[in-house]
Amino acid sequence: MRHRQAIALLALVGLFVALYLWLHALGFGGAIKCGTSGGCETVQTSPWAVFLGLPVAFYGVVGYVVVLVVALVALRPAALAQRPWNVLLAGLATAGVLFTAYLTYLELFVIQAICRWCVGSAIIITLIWIVSLLSLRSPATRTDLSASPQQPDPRV
Amino acid sequence: MNRFYAMVAVLAVVLGVGVFALLRTGGGTAPAAAAGPPPTVVDDSFRGYSLGQGRAPVEIVEYLDFECPVCASFATIQMPTIKEQLINTGKVRWRYRDFPLAIHKYSRFAAHAAQCAGAQGRFFEMHDQLFNHHQWAQTGKDPSDLFRSFAQAAGVDLKAYDACMQTGRYAQRIEFSRQEGEQVLVDGTPTFYANGKKLFTNLRRLPSSDDFKAVADSIIAHSPPKPPTQQEREHLRH
Repeated sequence: MRHRQAIALLALVGLFVALYLWLHALGFGGAIKCGTSGGCETVQTSPWAVFLGLPVAFYGVVGYVVVLVVALVALRPAALAQRPWNVLLAGLATAGVLFTAYLTYLELFVIQAICRWCVGSAIIITLIWIVSLLSLRSPATRTDLSASPQQPDPRV
Repeated sequence: MNRFYAMVAVLAVVLGVGVFALLRTGGGTAPAAAAGPPPTVVDDSFRGYSLGQGRAPVEIVEYLDFECPVCASFATIQMPTIKEQLINTGKVRWRYRDFPLAIHKYSRFAAHAAQCAGAQGRFFEMHDQLFNHHQWAQTGKDPSDLFRSFAQAAGVDLKAYDACMQTGRYAQRIEFSRQEGEQVLVDGTPTFYANGKKLFTNLRRLPSSDDFKAVADSIIAHSPPKPPTQQEREHLRH
């Protein structure tokens, strides 16, 4: 349960980071708040800031919303003991990490500029990925202790 | 569990307020009619200021945004070599078109400043001022006064410049250029076309002067020789 809660909170933070970048890409607000390096402007105005006709940040918003919704649904009492939710979250996080790795590669080696907001999002999705992998290793949460199998008495 | 949902709700509110505040503090007040899109658009048949000879076999059209840092890098690093090797040698004519991006608060205003300078024959001087002193694009502050000083340095008469900027005389021209860019699928700035064909669609970096030289040489090598002008024919006879 702790893992899913952590994923939900991280996804919520990531959602607002992506939301800010997306709204900025749509023309809301002025210059992006990114320090004085200009890295965010360089990245946001590059041809790679648009993917399949939509701002890259839009995919971030959608991705984080999906992870957040799945994590919250998986936190329902009836779903707590179901392990497939962990697998689904790990799958979504892996897709997010791979897409982020591609974007980070573009920043470092193609655009040659670093956007702090993008780095923030990359850290968040990486943390979500790590937590989701840890959740795969942990035993399923028991919601009904009386229904759980009896443990053997360790005393001899 | 209820504590967790309360935490989610509080965090959502705090983050929402944070994003709202970030978007609200986006800089100074956008000045006058020159800073925003016009309510209507009319084609004044202007197709951009150009550098180079009218008979140059290759015409490069660049869609640019004056607030875009990549455009500034290109203008200050690559363009001097391109001018020397391709434009001054008569191979290439270079045409500038405006494509102000929605994410930039002052790019229309900067494009308008360049057009108002252009009305006095100082477009290229103002273009250089805007790109050579590009720090204005990183501050988010109202650049009106700074642009006046750029205009002055570019040799522009400030009285006529101020009148031009106040009335937003070229706002429709700039918007027409942007819409034209959308029609030819400009997807970022700078975007380049050579004799109407979009360039470097698969290039994963900013094009260099060598890339443009290769494009120009290829077009020249594959195009039939132009018939000589009357002046050249007379010269050949003697």
